[in-house]
Amino acid sequence: MEICLNTPEVTLAEIGAIVDRAHVELHKCYQCGKCTASCPMAHAMDMTPREVIRHLQLGLLDEALHSKAVWVCASCHTCSARCPNGVEIAHLMEVLRQEARKRNIITVKEVNKFANIFLFNIRNFGKSHEVVLCALYNVLSGHLFQDVGTMPHLLKHKLIFFKPHVVKDKAAVRRLMDKALKGVDKA
Amino acid sequence: MRYSYFPGCSMKATGKAYDFSINYVTKKIGMELLEIDDWNCCGATAAHSVSADLALGLNARTLALAEAQYPDLEIAVPCAACYSALRSALHAARSSKEKLAKIQDLIEMPYEGKNGVISFMETFSRPDAMKAISENVVVKLDGLKVACYYGCLTARPANIAGPDDVENPMQMDDVVALTGATPVDWAFKTECCGGAHHVDRPKAALPLIQRILQNAQANGADAIATACPLCCLNLDMRQLELNKKQGTNFNIPIYYFTELMAMSMGANPKEIGVQTHFFPAVPLMEKYMVKGGSAV
Repeated sequence: MEICLNTPEVTLAEIGAIVDRAHVELHKCYQCGKCTASCPMAHAMDMTPREVIRHLQLGLLDEALHSKAVWVCASCHTCSARCPNGVEIAHLMEVLRQEARKRNIITVKEVNKFANIFLFNIRNFGKSHEVVLCALYNVLSGHLFQDVGTMPHLLKHKLIFFKPHVVKDKAAVRRLMDKALKGVDKA
Repeated sequence: MRYSYFPGCSMKATGKAYDFSINYVTKKIGMELLEIDDWNCCGATAAHSVSADLALGLNARTLALAEAQYPDLEIAVPCAACYSALRSALHAARSSKEKLAKIQDLIEMPYEGKNGVISFMETFSRPDAMKAISENVVVKLDGLKVACYYGCLTARPANIAGPDDVENPMQMDDVVALTGATPVDWAFKTECCGGAHHVDRPKAALPLIQRILQNAQANGADAIATACPLCCLNLDMRQLELNKKQGTNFNIPIYYFTELMAMSMGANPKEIGVQTHFFPAVPLMEKYMVKGGSAV
């Protein structure tokens, strides 16, 4: 296969490293499509989960990394649970997302932005703070008025609060985050 | 019945009714919850989307705190996302000595991976808890048909979540049945609600909610019971939005399964936060609490 598509050795090695990290054996996928049939987000994908695997089987790493699918995947793991041949597709999507992020290939900016703001919250408070999360997201994503209609209900029932709960040992949380994120691009 | 307790970030905010009802039920049945001091956020989808080590570190810190504070207790977790994240870290810690050493280095704390992590569906479906729940039911919710919604992460990945059945789990159904309500057989128990994509891809995530509500309705459910603050919020908040935008006519109040338990134990709906749901959830409860009457 790699001969007819003439995939460079270096790309094959990269694909090998990715599938190893995801504990996936590509040859195990026989393209039955059950993953795609089970995927609740497939309707919003430009490349279905089955096609993502097919691209990797054919050595087309760059195409797979540029798909919106890796960002649209909701990590629900239905594909992996139903795969008749035990391919960990959800895990593969996750490793591809990490890899795309590292290479700064961000095809769905909002998803990456939301993750960044979520982690910003943890870095600052040690806990997730819903008001900061959604307010920052709306401002930074440009979707200024998204879900603002829910505010009166949230305020009336005190479902949101403005003073964040903070962990006592903030430094410990920060330290472990820095350590874990060493070498990961802050896309 | 003693557990160390990891509430998670949503429990003091949008998941308030879950927090109130868990407190109500556990007090009634004599289950003791000891909150882990200084726990931190599990990182949810954001952490593992960025780096596997980040998810591992954030969760291992909390697990290590629990191990030091309550060495003999399992850790009870109400939120499906926290449950999954903590179980993944525990799974990694128990997978090999090398992995454990890496975790210890990451969090700079002693940690041995001793304490198990379990969901509230499991704490309540253990025989002693089931017995205590039955003994405390004073208002049978007879005739109330409930679709028990488990969501993704308490069922999958199977080797992490450890469900009783990946496609058709029954733990919540069994507990809800103790209230006198009738759990319905339906197909979307473990379908995904769209999780965090309701913020960052809202249009793409909305059909997921619609399908879940449709299937519950088609199978005759009056209500949906959930075991996760995010699943609950999504189904609840987006139901009104769907009715408005898509012209659907859904009328399915969304509860935490623990709210149904609390009400069958005599709680006033307002004292456990039932009025905090977006889709009005008090009237249906009042109807069935009167209709069912006192059973014991």
